[in-house]
Amino acid sequence: MSALLARIVAHRLFWPVVMLVVLLVINLVAFPGFFTISVRDGHLFGSLIDILRNGAPTLIIAVGMTLVIATRGIDLSVGAVAAISGAVACSIILGSPEPGSLATVAVAVTVALVISLVLGVWNGFLVAVIGIQPIIATLILMTAGRGVAMLITEGQILTVNSPPFKFLGSGFWFGVPIAVIIAAVVFGVAALVTRRTALGMFIESVGINPEASRQSGVRARGLLVVVYTFCAFCAAIAGLILTANTAAADANNTGLFIELDAILAVVIGGTSLAGGRYSLLGTLVGALVIQTLVTTVYTVGIPPIATMVFKAAVVTVVCLLQSPTTAEAFSGFRRRLAIRAGKGAAAS
Amino acid sequence: MTKLIDAPARPGRPAGPGRGGPAGGTGPGGGGTRRNVGSGIRNLMTSPKYGPVMVTAVLFVAVFVIGGVRYRGFFSGQVFLNLLVDNSYLIVLAVGMTFVILTGGIDLSVGAVVALSGMIAASLLQTGWSPGAVIPLILVLTSVLGLLVGLMIHVFKVQPFIATLAAMFLARGLCYVISQSSIAITDPTFVQLAVARIPLGGGLSITASVIIALVVVALAVWVLHATRFGRTVYAIGGGETSGLLMGLPVARTKVLVYVISGFCSGLAGVLFTFYTLSGYPLTAIGTELDAIAAVVIGGTLLTGGYGFVLGSVLGVLVLGVIQTIITFEGTLSSWWTRIFIGVLLLVFIILQKVLTARRR
Repeated sequence: MSALLARIVAHRLFWPVVMLVVLLVINLVAFPGFFTISVRDGHLFGSLIDILRNGAPTLIIAVGMTLVIATRGIDLSVGAVAAISGAVACSIILGSPEPGSLATVAVAVTVALVISLVLGVWNGFLVAVIGIQPIIATLILMTAGRGVAMLITEGQILTVNSPPFKFLGSGFWFGVPIAVIIAAVVFGVAALVTRRTALGMFIESVGINPEASRQSGVRARGLLVVVYTFCAFCAAIAGLILTANTAAADANNTGLFIELDAILAVVIGGTSLAGGRYSLLGTLVGALVIQTLVTTVYTVGIPPIATMVFKAAVVTVVCLLQSPTTAEAFSGFRRRLAIRAGKGAAAS
Repeated sequence: MTKLIDAPARPGRPAGPGRGGPAGGTGPGGGGTRRNVGSGIRNLMTSPKYGPVMVTAVLFVAVFVIGGVRYRGFFSGQVFLNLLVDNSYLIVLAVGMTFVILTGGIDLSVGAVVALSGMIAASLLQTGWSPGAVIPLILVLTSVLGLLVGLMIHVFKVQPFIATLAAMFLARGLCYVISQSSIAITDPTFVQLAVARIPLGGGLSITASVIIALVVVALAVWVLHATRFGRTVYAIGGGETSGLLMGLPVARTKVLVYVISGFCSGLAGVLFTFYTLSGYPLTAIGTELDAIAAVVIGGTLLTGGYGFVLGSVLGVLVLGVIQTIITFEGTLSSWWTRIFIGVLLLVFIILQKVLTARRR
């Protein structure tokens, strides 16, 4: 029994899940009807559904970010890529004669996604071929990307009136918000492709030692480009959802600070920033923790503006917990406990 | 201590970009022949240590001359001085960032700390505090924040970018907690400090911010090149383990570097507030990128170990002159500034790559 307990505690998803449960319980205490999910007009409604829906863009980006971080990289440009994709889609829809037609929206979304692939290849090229450190390589697109988005929108906030596009952000399908379905699909595809094939292992091996994996036949460069491209693709999807949700492209604010939320989700989920090991399930829990934290701040009645302070506190605590210094201190403590327990057992 | 300055075996230790050229020609075997001077200059341009700084210096002069040829009124002393006036806060930021990058670290929190300093200044001045108390308080607070970041990085082995990312969140969050909207500063002493022009003769003038920024630069040059602490900073960037084995105080230095960056961010925040005369929580977003770009363009290697404070100042001036040209052009939208900075950053990183690869 205690062995089972020890195994559960030792599982790397244990602490993230505990964090999520604690946050949910706080919400339940503050607001007893928190877990109620009702069906209105054939759509699911409730705080939990809201958490899923609002957390979807973060989760989508965090999935891409997880794979990038697993290769010992980082992608700071996701916010800028999200802004660019939103700006591209909105400007195409605005420029077309029929903004409300499905074909226009399909073209707009496709073009936005294709552009994101180009941006992703660019990031991957800088990291894998030129060999620039990932932080700096993606910093370049992060700086220049907002400028590009600004050029596309000409500094305006583009408001579109297109029901099919709006549907992408706030529509429902079989009662479930579209954003949640898209997030589930992205998550499912990433999990299947990386865990049901050897791809995930290759990604991890590149994260542990790029040179060694290259020499053992893994095409590290190509793999890095693919991973950064996938991350940019995820960012573009999230950007489209965010833009569609407000039906407006705001080059300054779309996806602002979302790279931090995504990194935070990955870190909370137990994926090490040193690369070489990742957990998509952990990232899912991490993204839910962040969104629940935001909701908790609202329900408990703390001014919502303080959310960022809480996020800072969470990321600090998580980093300190993951730190080798803390791990050493803990293992020392545990050893002392074990010795004491052993002595106690011997005495009785 | 001062004797140590002349210790490096390499000839031609540059005091600044301007002196590098002639100094490079007088190497150990330096006869007066033309070929020797030529190869000296070539060595200088392709060395990972001096090459990027030289390229930046040439670039700055070239851009300034192009501006002077294209636009009437560009080629004046006041336009140059305005570069300093408009970018004094960025110079101070870049100085702090230079220390951090020299050790191989990075500080992403500087933009948020600038905003936070502005918010603290604006809100305290509004409640009637005197500037004489507010400014030191800000500097102490931001230094303490830097200290915490440094401890997190050194003691808990958290990666610099994630620790400073947390600090960035914290600082931005605190901005919002102080106020969600812009707070104007009306305190007469503070406003006087901010707008007072110091005449230099010939119709030229600068502000107090410029003098503060230049003092910071001078102090930083002295610390980096003439103190034991400065040499330790370079040593850590060159190889932390070697520094440790040599018995250098690596731990203390690594933490102190972030304290310096925090202090500089606070001071830059005060200078920025002089410039805007208000506090606004969303201000200075992306300033960390400008600071990093200035440092990199100024020739500091991102992996640490090589670089000069004066190079970073030159980097800031390059960014400033590009901004000025975009303003003079009039038809170019200001978003181009960001794109130019991104492109320049990329070009200089590739330059660094090429130069360091050639030397290996």
